[in-house]
Amino acid sequence: MELRVKNRIDSMFGALAAKHEKALITYIMAGDPDLPTTEMLVKTLAAGGADLIELGVPFSDPVADGLAIQRAGQRSLEAGASLQAILDLVRSLRQDTEVPLVLMSYYNPILQYGLAEFAAQAALVGVDGVIVPDLPLEESVTLAELLAARGAYLVPLLAPTSTAAKIAKVAAQAGGFVYCVSLTGVTGTRTELPLNVGEFLARVRERVPRPLAVGFGIATPEQARQLSSYTDGVIVGSAIVNLIEQYGADKALLHTKIKQFVANLKAGLKA
Amino acid sequence: MSLPDERGRFGDFGGMYVPETLMPALEELADAYAKAKNDPLFQAEYLTYLRDYVGRPSLLYNAERLTQHLGGAQIFLKREDLNHTGAHKINNTIGQILLAKRMGKTRVIAETGAGQHGVATATACALFGLKCEVYMGEEDIRRQELNVFRMRLLGAKVISVTSGSKTLKDAINEAFRDWVTNVGDTFYCFGTAAGPHPYPAIVRDFQCIIGTETKEQALQRLGRLPDCLVACVGGGSNAIGMFHPFIADTQVRLIGVEAGGRGIDSGAHAATLTAGNTGVLHGSLSYVLQNKDGQITATHSVSAGLDYPGVGPEHSWLKDSGRAEYVAVTDEEALDACRLLSETEGIIPALESAHAVAYAAKLAPSLPSTQVVVVNLSGRGDKDVQTIAQLLEVE
Repeated sequence: MELRVKNRIDSMFGALAAKHEKALITYIMAGDPDLPTTEMLVKTLAAGGADLIELGVPFSDPVADGLAIQRAGQRSLEAGASLQAILDLVRSLRQDTEVPLVLMSYYNPILQYGLAEFAAQAALVGVDGVIVPDLPLEESVTLAELLAARGAYLVPLLAPTSTAAKIAKVAAQAGGFVYCVSLTGVTGTRTELPLNVGEFLARVRERVPRPLAVGFGIATPEQARQLSSYTDGVIVGSAIVNLIEQYGADKALLHTKIKQFVANLKAGLKA
Repeated sequence: MSLPDERGRFGDFGGMYVPETLMPALEELADAYAKAKNDPLFQAEYLTYLRDYVGRPSLLYNAERLTQHLGGAQIFLKREDLNHTGAHKINNTIGQILLAKRMGKTRVIAETGAGQHGVATATACALFGLKCEVYMGEEDIRRQELNVFRMRLLGAKVISVTSGSKTLKDAINEAFRDWVTNVGDTFYCFGTAAGPHPYPAIVRDFQCIIGTETKEQALQRLGRLPDCLVACVGGGSNAIGMFHPFIADTQVRLIGVEAGGRGIDSGAHAATLTAGNTGVLHGSLSYVLQNKDGQITATHSVSAGLDYPGVGPEHSWLKDSGRAEYVAVTDEEALDACRLLSETEGIIPALESAHAVAYAAKLAPSLPSTQVVVVNLSGRGDKDVQTIAQLLEVE
């Protein structure tokens, strides 16, 4: 489906493609360790070279996440974050930054907020896209249409287990970019890249005429650079979340560490 | 029309809310199950194991002393507690493990709360020679020590889950994380009639033997159907197995009994249908216990097997359609019922099943003696004796 409004995700991928550069997509859990730190970190990530930032919405039962993001979600919930507070944070961020922002939330917090109300509010405050890891294509039509009507995307996910039929369906419906899950497993850093990831990404590339980003298990600039040869973007989450866990108490040090880490990742993605 | 529909829905409830990685595995499972369901050889094999190994049919027992004590309706007990391994759970695991074998899977994982489903899965895996790993919350490992030992004795590996509330909910999360990682060779043997489609249908179908037998036994013994069926509801597998064959018999009241814990008003309970609202947990849309932000809330029950903030989607549909009634009884009422059944009938029920007994004990005196109430005695209380002893000591 095509959006009637111009979306920052499209502009970003378009501009990078012209420069033969790959997108660096970074994930942090909103509200970890607290929302003011998240606000600072979004700006830090953008300054370090992140081209798109995913903001995690915490959920009590994150079945698709490994320990790093499970713990981050618990910290965020304990600090009192909620979907409403995160939408308010985006509204505030939009006064300072035009970096594409995507919310990554399990379905239930969105469902309780109200699908139509969520789509309206998300678009209004400046969210460009939404990723819902437990909402496969089969269940996603309503939310995708509500978001599209407001100019935002529901970003679909594909996995190494996805069938050819599913890839074809996503190709026909994809919004913004396609999130390719690099492995069968949960989020979290891995020392080795999965064996069949190249074959999987090539299979998707062949059928999907839209930007692809690959995530899950990517922790180092070398891994990011290697995978970027198959895609238009690389997603790094748990490695950054680990730094926040480690340095979260010292804001100045956290800023320096994250900015440096992101700059190193981005360096390998430039032409 | 038979439910669920092809999208796995019971009305609005049900569905498949899982990561894309698992969708092909659920489709593979649904296809394999549809073929097995229509294969007379598979059905015959399943029923043979239920007869020769589980010890079915389970008895429909006329609890005369309990009836006399309470005054009012006649109470019959459907003795699932007499099954091999001590509960209804084995009906489902025999079916699912036969299916796993048929699908060529070499490794089985399961979640467990009270440990009954873990024991039943470990048993079926031992019987059919499959590798078995069971996820169990640290808190449940503590309160169901005996079942942990039984699983190990049966050759299964018990994996302690330390995330979240360290109970059944978190064991399911961890089992899903395992499945998403090892989806190629692993069969997830789900224990209750909840989770993503096709599990609510698969588990229900394998548990329907309870209701089907009850119907035949009642017709044979009484020449008519019972007036009320009473079963405890955590995820709801024993209840749906009892209720489902009677859904079209609208003169039969279906009553599900949830864990009221320390009372609904205390907030410390697990009465999902009584006090929850619609949400998505563990792959399906159903009633859940949650806060206004959609975070799943902590539950409490004296019975580990009912200590769960979700419920199977077919129960949500039965509630909203008005076909079944759902009530809650407290920890204390369940403990009293446990003692009452032990003393009047010489049958020590599992604390889960004691919830059903407790409600039947409230209901029976209000009904005429011509009426018949069948209580599904889903499990035996051996596993709970230590817990009960500790609780009585506190008193």
